[in-house]
Amino acid sequence: MLEIKLYDIAHSRAGDKGNRSNLSLIPYDPAHYALLAEQVTEERVLALFAHRGATSCTRYDLPLLHAFNFIVDDALEGGVNGSLNLDGHGKTASSRLLSLTVTVP
Amino acid sequence: MFLVGNGAGFSGDRVDAPIAVVRTLIGRGLPAALFFETLGERTVALAQLERRRDPELGFEPMLERLLEPILADCFHHNIPILGNFGAANPAAAARCIAALARRLGLPELRIATVTGDDVAASIDLATLAIHEADSNLQADAAKLVAANAYIGAGPLVEALRGGAHVVVAGRTSDPALAIAPLIAHYGWAFDDWQKLAVGATAGHLLECGSQVCGGVFWDPGRKDIPDPANIGFPIAEVGPDGSLIVTKAEDTGGLVDLRTVKEQLLYELHDPAAYITPDVVLDITGCTLEQVGPDRVALYGLAGKPAPEMLKVTACFEGSWLGEGEVSVAGPNALARARATADVLLQRLTMRGLRVRPRVDLIGVASVHDSDDGALWRSYAGPEPEEIRIRLAVEGEHRDDCDQAAREVLALLCCGTAGTGGARWRVTPRILTRSYLVPRELVPTTVTIRAAREMN
Repeated sequence: MLEIKLYDIAHSRAGDKGNRSNLSLIPYDPAHYALLAEQVTEERVLALFAHRGATSCTRYDLPLLHAFNFIVDDALEGGVNGSLNLDGHGKTASSRLLSLTVTVP
Repeated sequence: MFLVGNGAGFSGDRVDAPIAVVRTLIGRGLPAALFFETLGERTVALAQLERRRDPELGFEPMLERLLEPILADCFHHNIPILGNFGAANPAAAARCIAALARRLGLPELRIATVTGDDVAASIDLATLAIHEADSNLQADAAKLVAANAYIGAGPLVEALRGGAHVVVAGRTSDPALAIAPLIAHYGWAFDDWQKLAVGATAGHLLECGSQVCGGVFWDPGRKDIPDPANIGFPIAEVGPDGSLIVTKAEDTGGLVDLRTVKEQLLYELHDPAAYITPDVVLDITGCTLEQVGPDRVALYGLAGKPAPEMLKVTACFEGSWLGEGEVSVAGPNALARARATADVLLQRLTMRGLRVRPRVDLIGVASVHDSDDGALWRSYAGPEPEEIRIRLAVEGEHRDDCDQAAREVLALLCCGTAGTGGARWRVTPRILTRSYLVPRELVPTTVTIRAAREMN
């Protein structure tokens, strides 16, 4: 078993609506879809944004597209209108998601 | 086959992008339309403030620059142009286009102005259900800057059927800009949900311009794209039966493949079974993709559900003030100097009793991923960066306090740590938003079509 970063096997794009972040997670190889479904849980993604006050995370699975959509609530410390963060939209959050580690055979 | 091209994905996009798109549309020799999406949620509020300052402003500032190279070609090849570039002042945008058309020798160019989205004066927001709101918003009618309904494809179709060469709208749903020319061309019914779902998907994929062609996708060495300085903007090929292929302008950089389409398909999407637009509720859970050629991706299995009864209205209010200041440190012991600078800045704000909420970033250590209390840079234990930029950001109700806080960063040029330099500071007003749901019959729209020669 090998521990790697999500970045090595998947890509992502982040968007926002108010104080809510949406992050896609897409494996380059559809064969990794099941592995991601098992290991990249709502709890682990929420924990990535806990330091910013995120309150909940929902994962939508798209098995036909081999992709996931994560919705993280209250992840943007106010969102584009209220945040003091340089990246009020949270567009760079995709890179934080991809820094998460997973274990591969 | 009908082609829908996109010429801009936001206000601030590359102004030369539409040229290759129009060249491609003409070269294909198929019926086509071109749309511009330049109106973000808050852009309309900023535009409204501009209009208050000058009644001939308040529309997309790059409008003339975007249209000048392509307007004559689109007119001569019967490619209608649609855009929400009217922003807070569609009538003034139309006058700007008319003047451009006359200057280009196109007095017969017909310009449609779509109004009705601006509901600030016509609807009492206090009577509406709140949909989403910024948490710190005390909605005060006196501070209302703008209130606009996201209108659907209906009035845009009316404008196209009336023979408009350019359709100038304010707030529309982004997908409506692609759905409208498809309905106008194919005569699809406004309740043909499956077809409208295809149109909405085309609009959703194209509305951010290059983002489906390699923009915010490319990652050197990992996700490379050809010629990122010249990314081609997207074109959708839509068949009468609702087939959909996404491609891009010819002889450009960027790429369209399964990866770029997946990223954009999910972009700013929440429940994939219910992407709500004024014209149709889109369900992509049955969607599959196929690479059918170089830079060509086909989408299958799109489903639509009936359009919502209510339209979304986004209201923008004057918010607080944002003050920002930055300085740099570099070289040996930069990390310790940056941390000490951060602490001193926070101490100064307290000492002076400035009524602001502060945050400090150490850019190069932790910033965009960090929290307002600096959890990541305070706990950072990695290697020392060669350079660090220290950023103070504050917000508050009082402009002068925010200005004074930002100037504390400037003062570091003399009072700061050894080798502190490169100060910048500024104060800007903030906008807060709240969305409401409104019955669509409360948002009547008007379409006015006039030739450029008739306008001044």
